[in-house]
Amino acid sequence: MAKPLEEVLSHPVHTATAPRKRFWLLDYLSTVDHKKIGLMYALIGVFYLIVGGIEALLMRVQLFSPNNHFVSYPLFNQLFTMHGTNMIFFAAMPLIFGLMNLVVPLQIGARDVAFPFMNAVSLWFTFVGALLVNISWFFGDAPSAGWFAYAPIGLNQFNPGHGMDFFIVGLQIAGFGSLMGAINFIATILNMRAPGMTLLRMPLFTWTSLVASGLILFAFPPLTVGLFLYMFDRLFGGHFFDAAMGGNPVLWSHLFWIFGHPEVYIVALPAFGVISEVVATFSRKRIFGYTSMVFATVLIGFIGFMVWVHHMFTVGFGAMADSIFAIATMLIGIPTGIKVFNWLFTMWGGQIRFKTPMMFALGFLPTFVLGGITGVMLSAAPADYQYHGSYFVVAHFHYVLIGGVVFGFFAGLYYWFPKVTGRLMHEGLGHLNFWFMFIGFHLTFFPMHFAGLYGMPRRVPTYNAGVGLEIWNQLSTIGAFVMAVSIVLFAMNVAYAFIRGEKAGNDPWDARTLEWTLPSPVPEYNFAQTPLVRGLDPLWMAKEEGKTTVTPAEPPGPIHMPSNSYLPMVMAVGLFIAGLAAIYHRLFFIVLGLEVIALAMFYHSLNDDEGYHVLPEERALAKGEGA
Amino acid sequence: MRPKHRIGLLLTTAVLLLGLTGCQRADMSVLDPAGPVAKMQLSIIMLSVYIMSGIFVVAMGILLYVLIRYRSRRGQNQPPKQVEGNNVLEAIWTIIPVILLAILAVPTVTTAFALDAKPTGSNVLNVKVKASQFWWQFEYPDLGIVTAQELHIPTGTKVNLQLETTDVMHSFWVPRLAGKTDLIPGRTNTMWIQADQPGEFQGKCAEYCGPSHGVMDFLVVAEDPRQFQAWTDRMKHPQVQPAGDAAVEGEKLFAQNCASCHSVAGTNFKGALGPNLTGFADRIKVAGVLENTDENVRRWISDPAAVKPGTKMPKVPLNEQQISAVAAFLRDLK
Amino acid sequence: MEAQPRLVNAADRMELGLETSTLEGRNKVLGFWVFLGGECALFASLFATYLTLRGQTLNGPTAKELFHLPLVGVATLFLLTSSLTGVLGINAMHQGRRRSLLRWLGVTVLLGLAFLAVQVVEFITYVGEGFGFSTSAFSSAFYALVGFHGGHVAFGVIWISILMLQLKKSGITARKAPKVFIASLYWHFVDVVWVFIFTVVYLMGIMGI
Repeated sequence: MAKPLEEVLSHPVHTATAPRKRFWLLDYLSTVDHKKIGLMYALIGVFYLIVGGIEALLMRVQLFSPNNHFVSYPLFNQLFTMHGTNMIFFAAMPLIFGLMNLVVPLQIGARDVAFPFMNAVSLWFTFVGALLVNISWFFGDAPSAGWFAYAPIGLNQFNPGHGMDFFIVGLQIAGFGSLMGAINFIATILNMRAPGMTLLRMPLFTWTSLVASGLILFAFPPLTVGLFLYMFDRLFGGHFFDAAMGGNPVLWSHLFWIFGHPEVYIVALPAFGVISEVVATFSRKRIFGYTSMVFATVLIGFIGFMVWVHHMFTVGFGAMADSIFAIATMLIGIPTGIKVFNWLFTMWGGQIRFKTPMMFALGFLPTFVLGGITGVMLSAAPADYQYHGSYFVVAHFHYVLIGGVVFGFFAGLYYWFPKVTGRLMHEGLGHLNFWFMFIGFHLTFFPMHFAGLYGMPRRVPTYNAGVGLEIWNQLSTIGAFVMAVSIVLFAMNVAYAFIRGEKAGNDPWDARTLEWTLPSPVPEYNFAQTPLVRGLDPLWMAKEEGKTTVTPAEPPGPIHMPSNSYLPMVMAVGLFIAGLAAIYHRLFFIVLGLEVIALAMFYHSLNDDEGYHVLPEERALAKGEGA
Repeated sequence: MRPKHRIGLLLTTAVLLLGLTGCQRADMSVLDPAGPVAKMQLSIIMLSVYIMSGIFVVAMGILLYVLIRYRSRRGQNQPPKQVEGNNVLEAIWTIIPVILLAILAVPTVTTAFALDAKPTGSNVLNVKVKASQFWWQFEYPDLGIVTAQELHIPTGTKVNLQLETTDVMHSFWVPRLAGKTDLIPGRTNTMWIQADQPGEFQGKCAEYCGPSHGVMDFLVVAEDPRQFQAWTDRMKHPQVQPAGDAAVEGEKLFAQNCASCHSVAGTNFKGALGPNLTGFADRIKVAGVLENTDENVRRWISDPAAVKPGTKMPKVPLNEQQISAVAAFLRDLK
Repeated sequence: MEAQPRLVNAADRMELGLETSTLEGRNKVLGFWVFLGGECALFASLFATYLTLRGQTLNGPTAKELFHLPLVGVATLFLLTSSLTGVLGINAMHQGRRRSLLRWLGVTVLLGLAFLAVQVVEFITYVGEGFGFSTSAFSSAFYALVGFHGGHVAFGVIWISILMLQLKKSGITARKAPKVFIASLYWHFVDVVWVFIFTVVYLMGIMGI
């Protein structure tokens, strides 16, 4: 929500005009604009998607035939550890935060997020965390205890190198970033909606972002604690997870999965939100069962915290515990099913247009349904004793995470790309991108179900020859390369859009929500006048009344903007120094790094930057738009 | 254009599915159980497959219909009717899944309790399983036998397993006999297995445990009770006299280089760090993964880490001829 | 459909004080409550860890042998009183009395420092009795939980001190008020956590529950 006018005017206006333009790189390094931050999140996400993808390809080459020696066993272990870590923490999370940053403020009619400065801090912490984990390759050894880092295999005794320390410290830093991001989005969504946008008028992407932020808020602290304890065990002689000294390795498993299971929904829910937006837009229909969609989202988030033990069915907690968590897990199938059928019936009776975003959404549906189906199969504890730790599980969660998150993200990317860049991508290339990804995906992961059922455990650099596992692994390897091609096609499409892409108008898809009332690309202040919301899908309502845009809720006036700042980056650099120093026990540099952060915070706190105001005349001058 | 592709794709998938279930391999397949535990687990698997396939077919049927019937056409100037929802429909797809899940939940719970019940009675065989990076020890406390890598069990008998680890987490998995149970530091887990027919059943470590996790294999050898009796007799009174000159030389070398870690029943070799080698000549595998041939024994001794990276067994300072001598000695451990 | 715009934000319906008079302030207050939710999860995890491991004393001292309740009682007194002085400070802020606000915040900081001093003495005593961080899983868990809380107190002391500097400079403004308000929220939270630590760690430890 914008500030009331009189309040804006009561602030001293430091600069009548916006500060002079910076060189674009410096502008991005110091930006507090949610759109630029979102773009950088997305870039981080895509970068690590490619890094994690290359790691996956190397593993698939190794597994093309049994007893292969393309990579050594220890290297293979580092590869799957880094693949999992990169994909979950540094690809999926930044992609989700990227989309949330790019879209949520626009969808709720806000001019920025609640805490623009902290938003930049989140971004830079994520960046530095990812960097720390990944540079471990160049410092001797990458972590090799799996992304779940079970104790005691990740403790000093069995993992003496520094790789695990990089993992722990890096994740800790990135985790702080995510936590701050979540707080930011909860405050933004609850406090800054345009007038008239009640909670039950919020677009579903905003809803899923809100619930996902809530999940981050309660799921990341257990991970933070777990990582701290891990760090004490590894670096400072603690005995939390060391059974020989009375510690309990299962404690880490609990802390990790109390985080780890909600984490799946943290990345999946916003993707569901994207699908809801895309399916409604390209069917030209209101989302079917909006209220039940909202309740299903909340319910998934809620039950998501009560099922973590299904990752530990084989730990031996006994039939009672296993049964309780089995049934709780099955319950999640119900709200998920509601969502699927609501999507199907949104299309029912619509006018479906097969544009690229819709293709990804349509690819999402069967894929994700299959992932949900195997999810319910896995929840049946006695059956899980067989699936657990086998390739069946690998197949299952890739169906959920690629079928859900990656397809959802690509749908969102193709959908909002014109809004962010002002250019349209190429439809033909987009379809090609989709088909390569869709076919490559199923070719890679469908056979893995069978590899698992035929006795292939996870996280193995080789497998038994002559027991019928070769064919599944060969199909998977081929499929992985088909998927790689799809990523190349995507890169080509982005390049095409920037070089020759058609100009996108405000509303290239005949869409429904507030972001499509804005020019593409969106001006830095988003809304020249805060819109007035009178129902779900405000733009569609306006169109039904024969108008082209949504009625504003305020007269044109000066718009308050926060100033750019390099401090978030400086703080992250300080944390990077402190983290690296902690890994190598260099007390001086730990103190130095922390001091950099403390000074930056101190400076930020003391230096009351009031920002600046964009005046209506300037806006008209810059954009040629009337009041 | 798209819907047609989609049908083709789905058909291919369906054919693939049917084809796959038809041509399964027996060796390590969950789908070909050889004992009551794996059979119970498979029955849950199949029940969930049937229920879930039904849901999948319905959902995809609707998807296909919608994609064909409601794709946008030329001349649609008016947007479609905007529907908010439908309480009856929404209730249907809430309640039907609840019923289907209940159908799955009941056998899930009963089977979980059935598997959790520890078998008792005089006809139950007790075995202590101890896992270490990257090998398995099997101790029969009632019979006074210790062996490694190969778990011999009589058919038709319930076998109670007590699972412990000496280092990191491992998981005990014999796909054709039973699902997994983890071995966790500071904890003793139990599970039971039973083989209904004689055979060799491949076992795997199923919890990531280090560089050689992928080759931490073992075998369950199910024999009819008489043969099992014969095996226990051999293990209790093993033949440990080296026969040829090479084997005699090998015994000396073994005493100097190997006995601090390996023990052999009926000898002075009492090392406890590595696998017990009693009856080694009768083993099917060397180190759990290689066929038990002279060549493989030599290959293993000459460089254990080449087969199992990260293994605690060192490369002993022996020349080729000495390694052959040790192998000859092992060949005589029957 | 309603024709009139309607303000729907939760904060708008609150009884507005100075700290929530601007959107920025409302964001800060709401965001901070949200943050405290996350802090609850953080301390819940630490408590769970402590409860899991507290029996694992190995050869080291047990809770019963170790804890000096009088010392901890004094620390508790300091911290609980500081919450009261914090409230008095906020009260003064709402009445616009800067000197009084500064005075109460000063007392709060001093009480926090006194608490920390007692805790340092306590830890040094324990280490002297052979109860170091690495003695047993119990000792690791104890120092982690109580130390984490101590770290929170230390952070609060620094934070409020910096705020006092700012208040001296600028007085009570619509920009400063939310900062002071959330710092006081933080301080109360840390105080409440201590009540749980006192009960779960010390009382239950001494009584052997």
